Amino acid sequence: MSQPYPLIQEVPLPEVVPAGKKEAVSLAAQVKERSGTELARCYQCRACGNGCPFVAAMDYTPNQVIRLVQFGMREEVLGCKTIWVCVGCHTCSSQCPMGIDIAAIMDTLRLMAMEEGVAIGKPNILDFHEEVLRSLEKYGRAHKLSIMLGYKKQTGRWLSDLDVGLKMLARRKLELRPSRVQAGEEIAQLFKCYWRESA
Amino acid sequence: MSDLQKTMDFSYFPGCSLATTAAESNRSLMHAARTLGFNLIELPDWNCCGSSSAQTMCRNLSLGMAARNLSLAPAGRPLVAMCPRCLHYLRSAQTCLKHNPETRRELEEQWGRPINVEVEIIHFMEVLVRYGLGKLQANIKRSLKGLKFVPYYGCTLFRPPRLQQEKYFEGEMEDILVALGAEAIPNALKYRCCGSFLSATDPEIVSPLVNEIIDSAAAAGADCLVTACAMCQLNLEIRNTRKTKIPIFHFSEILALALGAEDYEEWFVRHLVDPLPVIKKLANAA
Repeated sequence: MSQPYPLIQEVPLPEVVPAGKKEAVSLAAQVKERSGTELARCYQCRACGNGCPFVAAMDYTPNQVIRLVQFGMREEVLGCKTIWVCVGCHTCSSQCPMGIDIAAIMDTLRLMAMEEGVAIGKPNILDFHEEVLRSLEKYGRAHKLSIMLGYKKQTGRWLSDLDVGLKMLARRKLELRPSRVQAGEEIAQLFKCYWRESA
Repeated sequence: MSDLQKTMDFSYFPGCSLATTAAESNRSLMHAARTLGFNLIELPDWNCCGSSSAQTMCRNLSLGMAARNLSLAPAGRPLVAMCPRCLHYLRSAQTCLKHNPETRRELEEQWGRPINVEVEIIHFMEVLVRYGLGKLQANIKRSLKGLKFVPYYGCTLFRPPRLQQEKYFEGEMEDILVALGAEAIPNALKYRCCGSFLSATDPEIVSPLVNEIIDSAAAAGADCLVTACAMCQLNLEIRNTRKTKIPIFHFSEILALALGAEDYEEWFVRHLVDPLPVIKKLANAA
């Protein structure tokens, strides 16, 4: 066994591949390197797709995602819904008979989709993640009430889930005031994301 | 004595949920820790572990958020987390920094303090197991005899393959609660994901899945589900659209109850499914 792979392993940043040379390294090789998992082992047994609790909400099953990567179908795979619907529960990774960490592949593909600025397959989920980051940037911690309000503002779905929100408020499960970090400047520094600056 | 005291000192990372939405989990945890003599010292000025959102949006942010917490943890005592996801991200960042000394140095310079990458990061259940189930039993004030529970760990305490070379926590919840007198119900959907953030973005995907989990627990004759994760606890409560309601406890609540906590009604008013009937049933049986 080689050394353990850290989940957040891609630091320092790899050299940016100059435009035009992108195809020099195959998509599969890029995903393999960044996710630290050997997707060439996949023989399409579909254990991942059959075990995934969320497969009904996906446009491609996880094994199909691996196939798209192997075929180098960059646009299709980075623009698909599946990579955003995946919550990283690792059911697939723990069931794969070939030991492929499929959830890590999904992580990598989401990051690539963000970096390459493709049209996002499931924009409401990206909206949600952005709202969470807004809260983290502001307070250093997640403030659920402002995340939910911000998310509703972005998606315009004000009335959906109102009953659950009110129940949570009544049960004092949604704090009105955020809990926050004192050393705000240390948090602010972390938010200088390379892809945000270049966007 | 001082050595013994030292082993009972732990750095504690509450995480965003326990600090707010799941305050009842934090309170019951503190009660249990006090009773057993564990000194949980909250990390000063901790921040969010980064969660799935930072992990999704920016790898540097994800590492940086988790790493800042590690920089706040003093050497010499384990860092304890209650939230499986926080635990996972803190551990992942630690592994990452071990393998990337240059990044570590960069962050240390940025914050002007060392990051101790040798600090052991464990879940609170591990603290109890190390303390000893026999000693734990000696502290029982309220028997859990007759309580049938589904141990619901959530996804991150043992499933990610990258944890395979680290401490797994599978089985610890049953060991502890069975030692306290409860009965584990294994034949329910205890490994099925609660839906995580999809519960916020796409509840229509999550509700049928949560309903199946609850149905399976009911069919197996369980009184309740016990979760190791505050997000699971919330999702299983708010996304159940069936008439059948089963209380969902935080692990720390059940533990503190067994250790004799009296202020449990204050925790239970924060539940969407009222756990009091189950507790009354227990009391009547005793």
